Amino acid sequence: MDPENIKRMIEQGLEGSQASVVGDGRHFEAVIVCDAFAGKSMVEQHQMVYRALGNNMDEAIHALSMRTLTPEQYEQQQS
Amino acid sequence: MSVQNQIDEQVKSNKIMLYMKGTPQFPQCGFSGQAVQILKACGAEFGSFDVLSDPDVRQGIKEYSNWPTIPQLYIDGKFVGGADIMTELYQNGELQKMVSAAN
Repeated sequence: MDPENIKRMIEQGLEGSQASVVGDGRHFEAVIVCDAFAGKSMVEQHQMVYRALGNNMDEAIHALSMRTLTPEQYEQQQS
Repeated sequence: MSVQNQIDEQVKSNKIMLYMKGTPQFPQCGFSGQAVQILKACGAEFGSFDVLSDPDVRQGIKEYSNWPTIPQLYIDGKFVGGADIMTELYQNGELQKMVSAAN
């Protein structure tokens, strides 16, 4: 279980998403940008990511902290 | 009484309810400890339940909210989020408003 693996799982499972994942092997932090997040609550956005990870990634789910952003929010954050 | 009813009752009978690993005095997991710190920083009075003491609740709460991890925070009977969302809500001042409205 490494950041690359988690990034691929999220991006494959959540269409149109861009994930950047860092971690020390025990804890992982992900920033996920996806336009499908628009209009969704934070809880719903995170549930979308959990669904993308699927149930064979239980260990990853427990070790993952995440921030979910729409493309607009991501741009605002960058400026 | 099914575990889902038990949870439903607990969630509805506490204005602010935190399902966590361990207790507020002795959290048994970093994320649970973080959740307790945030609630304390908001000056919240809250009920808590140690899911390590009851495997049925530990599994049942995940089905109840369709959320795979612990801790889980409920305010006025509604699922608010886990440690990440609590942190983000706290940072943007939203959680303080929700807590004072509930307490």
